[in-house]
Amino acid sequence: MIPLSWYLIFAALLFCIGLFGVLVRKNAIAILMGIELMLNSVNINLIAFWRYRDPDGIAGQAFAIIVFAVAAAEVAVGLALIISIYRRRNTVVADDINMLKW
Amino acid sequence: MSTELLAWLLPLPPLLVFIFIILFTNRSKGLSHSIAIGAALLSWLGSMVVFFRAIQTEHLGANPFTDTINWIPTGDTWLQIGVWIDPLSAATLFFVGWTVLMIFIYSVGYHNYGQPQGDHDKKGLQPHGATVADEHGHTHVVPSIEPMYARFFAFIGLFAFGMYTLVVSDNLLTLFVGWEIMGLCSYLLIGFWYQKPSARAAMIKAFLTTRVGDVFMLLGIAYLYSAIGSLSYSVIFKPETLQMLAETPAIGGLLGLSAAGMIGILLFIGTIGKSAQWPLHVWLPDAMEGPTPVSAMIHAATMVSAGVYMVIRMFPLLSAGSEHGLLTPPMMLMTVIGAFTAIFAATIAVAQNDIKRVLAYSTISQLGYMIAALGIGAYVAAAFHLITHAFFKALLFLGSGSVIHGVEHGVLHTGEHVDPQDMFNMGGLRKKMPITFLTFLVGGLALSGFPIFTAGFWSKDEILADAFGHGHWAVFIILAFAAFITAFYTMRQITLTFLGKSRTESAHHAQETQWTMTLPLIILAVFAIGIGWFGISETFPIIGGIIPNFVHEFIGSTLEEMPEALPFNIWPLIVSLVVALGGLSLGWLVYRNQKAGAEDPLKVALGPVHTVLRNKYYFDEIYDRIFVRPAYWISDTFTNQILDKGIIDGTLHFIARIASSVGGILRNYFDKPIVNGFGDFVGEGVKKVGRNLKIIQTGRVQQYLIMALVLAFGAMFYFVFTFLQR
Repeated sequence: MIPLSWYLIFAALLFCIGLFGVLVRKNAIAILMGIELMLNSVNINLIAFWRYRDPDGIAGQAFAIIVFAVAAAEVAVGLALIISIYRRRNTVVADDINMLKW
Repeated sequence: MSTELLAWLLPLPPLLVFIFIILFTNRSKGLSHSIAIGAALLSWLGSMVVFFRAIQTEHLGANPFTDTINWIPTGDTWLQIGVWIDPLSAATLFFVGWTVLMIFIYSVGYHNYGQPQGDHDKKGLQPHGATVADEHGHTHVVPSIEPMYARFFAFIGLFAFGMYTLVVSDNLLTLFVGWEIMGLCSYLLIGFWYQKPSARAAMIKAFLTTRVGDVFMLLGIAYLYSAIGSLSYSVIFKPETLQMLAETPAIGGLLGLSAAGMIGILLFIGTIGKSAQWPLHVWLPDAMEGPTPVSAMIHAATMVSAGVYMVIRMFPLLSAGSEHGLLTPPMMLMTVIGAFTAIFAATIAVAQNDIKRVLAYSTISQLGYMIAALGIGAYVAAAFHLITHAFFKALLFLGSGSVIHGVEHGVLHTGEHVDPQDMFNMGGLRKKMPITFLTFLVGGLALSGFPIFTAGFWSKDEILADAFGHGHWAVFIILAFAAFITAFYTMRQITLTFLGKSRTESAHHAQETQWTMTLPLIILAVFAIGIGWFGISETFPIIGGIIPNFVHEFIGSTLEEMPEALPFNIWPLIVSLVVALGGLSLGWLVYRNQKAGAEDPLKVALGPVHTVLRNKYYFDEIYDRIFVRPAYWISDTFTNQILDKGIIDGTLHFIARIASSVGGILRNYFDKPIVNGFGDFVGEGVKKVGRNLKIIQTGRVQQYLIMALVLAFGAMFYFVFTFLQR
């Protein structure tokens, strides 16, 4: 059986890839995609810990499903914001959206 | 109605009229004078009823009609006020009632009721005449109605209230109240034409001068109250009280006076002010600035008489302590002041050209007569002369007003610029104004003491006889000489005004005044003759005793001891005949041929003396130097410049400068550097920190995220290493 640490290492790598995408991509939609990767790496952790440590409970699966729901809602709001910004300023580049400062 | 109740009600109608006119009817001229005359008529009627009831009452002097109520509580006792009708106040009511009523009626004509509104008349100035066109299209200038007609009647109503209050009151307090109300009315009415600067000056002069006397009088009243605890006549005139006052030495033992003497002198100084005796006489001639009915009522018949009335009323107090015919100090003072004023004012009157001013000085002189008469103890003679003088002097003043009115009519008609009050602009008025002439002649003869017929003869003769009979030689000679001068200036006035030929066109076109003015003249003329017949001494040869000497019997009974009638003596009679007739004929001889524009013959004869007399012995100038200018100096130079601006303001400015410099120091060395510095430091510091920190807020969301990540890692490492070391 594949040991638990493999799953954890994989989840950590996936998290780092998502984080990297969030920090360096210019396109706001790509940043949202990075966020999705980070959320899914957390889901992998939750499921892995549930399977190896507490296979009789349902808390891990329930948390994973709640995270899916939150991610779906977050993408809906995020995409709506991005479309709204695009309509006003004609751009989706995160560096150009810097109005919120001194 | 009981006599007491009637006496209470006497002053009321004129007061109500005053209030009523002021509040309601001041826009309606006719209504205002109607209710004013109606009120005067009511008070007159009441006075007559009181008077006739009084003369029918036996022993009225000992048992006067009197009624008192409690007025002001003073600790455990009361100040009482009330009415007191004894023979003296009844007789005074008689002449006050008549003269007040006559003057009210006269005022209607004097203020040109029924004439058109003036063309340019302003409130506070004499009416200047109105232009009217007759049926042929000719325009005439005729007298115009007084603009403040209703106000005049309101004021004289208040005045009449004051006078009636004074006469009926049974104590010195309400007497003083009435006295001061009259002083106020005198002030208001002298300044009735308040836009004239001379009238304004005269009103202030009259008010302030009489105030000098009034202050002393108030002191006298206060002293009397502190000495006997009451101001009612019934208490004051008790023989025990008078004796006690006469035996108590005055406060401080001043000049060896008794309390009675001190109080008497203080009260008499009030009279000096009110009755315009020397040295406070200066206000009365200037008071002639007021309308003539005011001069007649206030400054001849009633208010100035009130001063004499008060000393006659207080005679028992003034003479308290007199023994064997010796004069008490107040009486001595009265004799000296009265006799001096009589001769002093008479000589000034000789050199005056204004018809009203002559009468004003004549009034001062005649009041001096009464004071001197009272001073030598001639109680009845003084009261008698007071009554006759009120009638004939009111008559003369109203007559002079009528003359001025007639000449003013001529002035308006001809358009000349002449003074309608200057006697040298008159002459020949006897044909133009016959009624005024005849009545003025009666008044003038009464004033100069024309024998037998006129009232003035009997009263003046009685004063002279009293002075002669009691051996006051100096007084007798002075008064006789004053009577001579009086006769002279009276005839001068009559001759210049009425006799001869007109000296100006205005006098030529003068016109008799309307009936409202002549009717009072006729009625007063009847009294100026007739009133004397009731005071003929019974020992007078031939006609003595035909009419009983009613005045002596009646007024004399006011006193505790009836003054005895003097035996007849031929000398004072001869002297009084000689001075009256001599003065009159001399006046006629000197002035009968006065030409227009010619010098006053007296000026030629007397030279520089005439100048002194004409300028009233320079009393106005002397008072100006001694009192008025020092008063100005004290108030302006001393109080204002030195005391107020120099010392008080200087001190304040000094304190202010110190406070200002202390404040400056505090500001510069504490407030600015420390308090403000701390506040500024905090504010500036926060600003600087903010300015330096704001560069990290770029608005780029990814940079924020990197920062958050770095900090999160930092925190994580910190905690990990901290916990690992445990």
